[in-house]
Amino acid sequence: MVPLHHYLILGAILFSLGVFGALTRRNAIAILMSIELMLNAVNLTFVAFARYLPQTQLQGQAFAVFVITVAAAEAAVGLAIVLGLYRNFRTVNVDEINLMKW
Amino acid sequence: MTVQLAIFYLLAAFTVWAAAVVVLGKNIVRAAVALIFSFCGVAGIYILLEADFLAAVQVLIYVGGITILLLFAIMLTSRIAGGVRVVNDQAVLSGIAGAGLLVGLGYAVLKGVPAVSSAPPLPQSTPFLGKALLTTYALPFEAVSILLLAAMVGAIILARKD
Repeated sequence: MVPLHHYLILGAILFSLGVFGALTRRNAIAILMSIELMLNAVNLTFVAFARYLPQTQLQGQAFAVFVITVAAAEAAVGLAIVLGLYRNFRTVNVDEINLMKW
Repeated sequence: MTVQLAIFYLLAAFTVWAAAVVVLGKNIVRAAVALIFSFCGVAGIYILLEADFLAAVQVLIYVGGITILLLFAIMLTSRIAGGVRVVNDQAVLSGIAGAGLLVGLGYAVLKGVPAVSSAPPLPQSTPFLGKALLTTYALPFEAVSILLLAAMVGAIILARKD
């Protein structure tokens, strides 16, 4: 059996990669992809805990289901916002969208 | 090394490689395809964790839904000769932040792994999960369906041409 901390370390690596991507990418869609990566890493951690701490078995999996739902809603709204941005600015690079900066 | 451990290492290496391509890749379409591979790797790890329903949901919603949506948005927005620079000015700072987060999380994980019970998992998690979603978690279940409805209406209104 694979020890629990293997899964937790894998989740940590995926989450850190997602954080790095969300902070550095210029393309707004790439930022959304990094956020999906982070949500996925959290789900992985939830399911690992659900498997290894059986008194939490259903809580962990049910919470992962809710996280997936929220991720789907977030992707839909985020991409609609990106399309709106592109329509107004003709770009999706977030560092070129500086209307409210001075 | 048991077979399970070997499979885990294979899946983990595959997932991390795909995630690294998502984060560091120059081509946005290639990053989206790598995201599909990363999600599939995580689905395999769910199977290893005996969460069969979640593995199916992962493939259906993430691979079949969200990634296709992302690819649509990429094709609608990216110019052919887009900028070659994919990272912004704060790449070094973000790298330090990401590495620091990884070290912190790794330290916390290795320091405080809770006591693992060796009790076997539920024989089939899907019926139990379905029952729990409609009894114990009925209220969050309804709330999340309202959230989905609101997100759908909001996405339509935001993306509509007027």
